[in-house]
Amino acid sequence: MLELRNISYVVDGLKILDDVSLKIETGNFLAITGPNGSGKSTLAQIIMGIKKPTSGQILLNGEDITELSITDRAKKGIAFAFQQPVKFKGLTVFDLLEIASGAKLKKSSAAELLEKVGLNPEYLERELSSALSGGELKRIEIATVLTRNADLMIFDEPEAGIDLWSFEKLVDILSGLSNTAIVISHQEKLLQAANEIILLKKGKIAERGKAKDILRKLEGGKNES
Amino acid sequence: MNLSKIEKQIFCTVAGDFKIPDGAYNFRVNGKSVGRSSSDNIDVISKTDVSGLDIFIKPNTKNEAVHIPVAISKTGLKEAVYNDFHIGDNADVTIVAGCGIYNCGELDSIHDGIHRFYVGKNSKIKYIEKHFGFGAGAGGKILNPVTEVFLEEGAVAELYMEQIKGVDSTKRQTRAKLKKDAKLFVNERLFTHGRQTAISEYKIDLAGENSTTDINSRSIAQDISRQTFRSKIIGRKKCRGHSACDAIIMDGASVLALPALDAKCVDAELIHEAAIGKIAGEELTKLMTLGLTYAEAESKIINGFLK
Repeated sequence: MLELRNISYVVDGLKILDDVSLKIETGNFLAITGPNGSGKSTLAQIIMGIKKPTSGQILLNGEDITELSITDRAKKGIAFAFQQPVKFKGLTVFDLLEIASGAKLKKSSAAELLEKVGLNPEYLERELSSALSGGELKRIEIATVLTRNADLMIFDEPEAGIDLWSFEKLVDILSGLSNTAIVISHQEKLLQAANEIILLKKGKIAERGKAKDILRKLEGGKNES
Repeated sequence: MNLSKIEKQIFCTVAGDFKIPDGAYNFRVNGKSVGRSSSDNIDVISKTDVSGLDIFIKPNTKNEAVHIPVAISKTGLKEAVYNDFHIGDNADVTIVAGCGIYNCGELDSIHDGIHRFYVGKNSKIKYIEKHFGFGAGAGGKILNPVTEVFLEEGAVAELYMEQIKGVDSTKRQTRAKLKKDAKLFVNERLFTHGRQTAISEYKIDLAGENSTTDINSRSIAQDISRQTFRSKIIGRKKCRGHSACDAIIMDGASVLALPALDAKCVDAELIHEAAIGKIAGEELTKLMTLGLTYAEAESKIINGFLK
């Protein structure tokens, strides 16, 4: 179980996150949505340790991980898919998947992982450079997180930059996860696939509830405006 | 072949594995040949005027290789070696060279290797060269390779030149002249650390119509090492030339890139790209999210970059 206690993140006096507290039960699929600038990605990065909260506490299965490094959190079972995939000169897709697996990886196993995200095995030897499209890099990014098969998987806008066909596949993948998952998203289909949704507004939790209830409220809000 | 453990280690690093190769070879240790063989198609002969070899590869020789690694384990040894490769027409061969210096003494050990390749019409060569140094002595480990390539019509040369760790000073000079339809591809990898200095210079003369070159140099400069990359591509006819110098700079190192393009014909298409920068923070962060420590992530990025 993941628990955030009174997390705040302040930059130049501006409160990006303001006293956020929440609990995520093991096996839950939680979507976090909200307007741009509401603090969604910052919250995800704070859980992974990429950003350090100004105040507050993070507990994973009851253990305080607030001061742990990114590496230590990864070793404790948190995985993170970046919104903007990172390029590496000289590292191939296979290299990255092997690093993600934390062990020697068979080419056939790597090929299966790629197939899950709709890429053929030829991609394994490709360099993670600008020669790959944004959509391809994004699918590889998702594959690295699936490779880790971590207890807690965080996906920061996984839909960004991928085509419709891949998006449908992505929804299937995320819906089929048995791991605890946090997905930052604006996409209704992804939000529908979640068990719960949190609506963040101006760095605070404005709503939390079952996916269908929150979506109904959001829909109502749209109709009212 | 009677070799010390250190010399075997050097040959292992240069050639990937230590064994007497099939076909033609010459193993050089501390200024002397310690093992040599010619094959039916490749003759390896000592020069009589200077130190070095003349290597004659018969026309139409295919899928053969010649190995000429060099090991220096004696402190203070200084040598200049001239190896000339005469490659007949329509051949396709691989040449494995390189030098390792072990220096545990106070005096500088220096190897200046001058390799000249005369590549016949429609022939193809793949040249693999690895340089490195080790040993805790105060004496320098200095390597100054000169590579000259003369490509006849339709000839192709692929050069894979790598300097891994431990070379205190190097001046690398690569020159080529290409005739009609000839192609030259270069992949250079250079790593400097400590107080090391490295200069890499290229002068490629695209003299023939439809000649092509693609130079790809990647380097890492660590600690307070210094690197200079100078390249000049001359386009005399309708031709295509591209060079890319890509460097990662770390700590207190410095890297200077001085590319030059010299077009002497309106149909010459010449491009140069140069990029120098530190390891991107997001690359380190991404690998750390996959469970690597900062140091492990840095090492993966460096090794990948130089691969």
